[in-house]
Amino acid sequence: MNSHGSFLQSIAASLAPERVLTQKEDLIPYSFDGTAALKQRPLCVVFPLDTAEVSACVKLCAEHRVPVVTRGSGTGLSGGSVPVADCVVLCLVKLDKILELDTRNLTLRAQCGVITKEIDDAAAQHGLFYPPDPGSMKISTIGGNVAENSGGLRGLKYGVTRDYVMGMTVVLPDGCVATLGNKCVKDVAGYSLKDLFIGSEGTLGIITEVLLKLLPRPVARRTMLALYDSMEAAARTVSAIIAARIIPCTLEFLDRMTVGCVESYAKIGLPTDVEALLLMETDGHPAAVDDEAAQMVEIARQNGAREIKMASDEAEGARLASARRNAFSALARVKPTTILEDVTVPRSELATMVKFIAETAARHRLQIGTFGHMGDGNLHPTFLTNERDHEEMVRVELALEEIVGHTIALGGTITGEHGVGLAKKMFLRQQLGDASFELLRLVKNAIDPTAILNPGKIFD
Amino acid sequence: MDYSILQQCMHCGMCLPTCPTYVETKHERNSPRGRIALMRAIADGEMNVSRSFGDEMYYCLGCLACVTACPAGVNYVELFEAARADVEQSKVLENPQRSFWRWLTLEIFFMKPRLLRAAGVLLRCYQQCGLEWLARTLRLIWLLPGNLRKLEPQTPRMSDKFSNALIDEVEWPRGEVKHRVALLTGCVQDLAFSDINRDTADVLLANGCEVVTPRVQFCCGSLHAHNGAPHLAAELARKQIDMIDPESVDAIITNAGGCGSHLKHYSNLLGGDPAYSERARLWDSKVKDIHEWLVTTGFRKPAAGCGMSEVTYHESCHLCHGQKITRQPRAILNAIPGLRVIELNESNWCCGSAGIYNITQPEESARLLTRKLDNVERTHAPAVATSNPGCHLQLAFGLRNRIQSMCRTVTQPVSMLAAAYRGEPTNEGQHDSR
Repeated sequence: MNSHGSFLQSIAASLAPERVLTQKEDLIPYSFDGTAALKQRPLCVVFPLDTAEVSACVKLCAEHRVPVVTRGSGTGLSGGSVPVADCVVLCLVKLDKILELDTRNLTLRAQCGVITKEIDDAAAQHGLFYPPDPGSMKISTIGGNVAENSGGLRGLKYGVTRDYVMGMTVVLPDGCVATLGNKCVKDVAGYSLKDLFIGSEGTLGIITEVLLKLLPRPVARRTMLALYDSMEAAARTVSAIIAARIIPCTLEFLDRMTVGCVESYAKIGLPTDVEALLLMETDGHPAAVDDEAAQMVEIARQNGAREIKMASDEAEGARLASARRNAFSALARVKPTTILEDVTVPRSELATMVKFIAETAARHRLQIGTFGHMGDGNLHPTFLTNERDHEEMVRVELALEEIVGHTIALGGTITGEHGVGLAKKMFLRQQLGDASFELLRLVKNAIDPTAILNPGKIFD
Repeated sequence: MDYSILQQCMHCGMCLPTCPTYVETKHERNSPRGRIALMRAIADGEMNVSRSFGDEMYYCLGCLACVTACPAGVNYVELFEAARADVEQSKVLENPQRSFWRWLTLEIFFMKPRLLRAAGVLLRCYQQCGLEWLARTLRLIWLLPGNLRKLEPQTPRMSDKFSNALIDEVEWPRGEVKHRVALLTGCVQDLAFSDINRDTADVLLANGCEVVTPRVQFCCGSLHAHNGAPHLAAELARKQIDMIDPESVDAIITNAGGCGSHLKHYSNLLGGDPAYSERARLWDSKVKDIHEWLVTTGFRKPAAGCGMSEVTYHESCHLCHGQKITRQPRAILNAIPGLRVIELNESNWCCGSAGIYNITQPEESARLLTRKLDNVERTHAPAVATSNPGCHLQLAFGLRNRIQSMCRTVTQPVSMLAAAYRGEPTNEGQHDSR
């Protein structure tokens, strides 16, 4: 405890005292992130204001061998920013400036604590577009998005966060500051190290600035909703749309259980006996959008949709999209504990996987609603449970293991967009196999030999 | 503290960007998610109700923006009220001055409506006979203790006549009676904005309502419920129900956002009282915000303008977040001929009035007021409408000190509608007071 005392004194001296929190009432709210049932109180929480202060903090932590857990807004869903015992939480929300928007190179440079939505809003002011739209984009920070390689609803057409990161400033475990990448579209000078840090979950370095690629903002968008009597028919529709050389920006689905919950919560007039609801959107040039929308409706009809609605304007589009937008809220209200999973399979296996999840839920007497991104095979089986019901939590664990096992058997991944963190690390070796799992460790040991950054996350 | 409500929070963080105190400090403890974590830590025995916890609960505005943002439907109102009651019970914030003011307001003035009105009459005399002018001119105000001196400019101006003098006990519309409604005149509304109560009655009469306005009305108890005195809130809820039998009217109308949000949940306070629980449920179902009532019953579109060409609209937190009434006040403004409604950026962001927050947390309140007025100014509207006496006073106070602002008028949608009805060519008075 004495060593902690001297450490706390030095860190308070290097930052302003009001930017170091040590009281119980201040620390308890930093014991968790957006992940269910994971909690650990840190030693302290610090708020640096720039890269130099982050570097100073990391140097001090390295000197005192105090682990560092980096945090943005704490919305992660795999426990990536949950503290470890006696750690410093490096909270980067005050590095919140957009530094440059370069309209000639279509890039944006921002500090890591800028809110994701503010990045897209800033781009929109210049007719530009930052496509990744994770569900928490109204509050998640861009640094957190890069560290977790966040996805979103537009994965199929626009990809994920990784596809928009051109460069970054990163503080290494010894406190050195490295600049990776640049504004050049083509750059093959050495290893693409920025890619190593994207999705590294705070275990290799602390990203303090990012350089992002922007796109021209699509001018038009059209929204459609189709209802099906079987998930297979919805999946066939998706395959047929892609086979027709249309790449929609949104292809989202809800299963029967989720549709039922949405209807009882939001009362938007959905029939509750449908097996699948498919929300489709296409964006781009107005003429192309009209043409594609008409084709998509026709394809949905040919593939057995029992009802199809096409929005005539933005307002109606928003109404149709509300079914998908309300999905998580509607499920979250049913039981005290909501566990949001994100297993992902190749698109062609999606219907099989949804069916398997429903059967697994029935077998273990659990409530699992599944919704997600049909275009990219990313599913969100959502467990509705109660963490205080220990007997049920055992069944949740069992069901999760079976779902993960089946996902891997189908050639899928244990996490499409939430990250491994603490929540998925017991499954990682199973998916990667020994050789590639050990390779991860080799990388970690090479960059952070004393395991000071986010120890115990991704793997032990 | 109801553990099942605490547990409903899945700490996703969606409340953070809507919480004015979190946005100010970026500290988790100043956010709804952080506050709930502290409440849960107390429930789990990890910490006690401490002074620091008490300070945090009173730093919360209680604006309920988090309730609108919450995907999991956490009932933050109940948590926040229970937490403040715990803070009071454990006396962690107690000091003689605070106890005196709590006693004077919660237990005396806002429990005894006749006394409150008498105080209002005294204040009116002081303001109207020139004493206030004299005190301000001679800087006698400087004799007041520091806190009071700072608050003095915010003293609401008392109405020339209170609601009783402006509204008869029963008023009938011209023509067919379509509905029978009771009108709640409020406390601050009655003293400072009795004309808005008159306007409310006029608008109801113009829409075929027989309006019953009880003479002596008690405080609705929201002040008590939000300030850790649930027993007094329950007592006031009983008095309200005794005053207006919910069976006897089609609706109980309130025109103050803050009161309405509380008035609709008497069954929470009286659920365990067999003598009242049934009537409390009926009461809750009968309480309607004036805008909500007008829009559901299909109010008559006025044939004349209200004498104003542009207005912007600031939403009372407890109207939009507490009662989810957002569309209706705008529908009323949009129905007034010749009136352009300019949307206010961050219209549902708290103005810093927040009950008595401007008294308890003057600095944070002032920051929120500045943020609000900056947004109002950007609309270039000459007037701002709102629908809660607290917001009304706060905006008017702020605008008085911003002489450069284009916006010179604070009004309410119901007053603008009343003015439009009054301007109609065939209007020869809307009611009989038989």
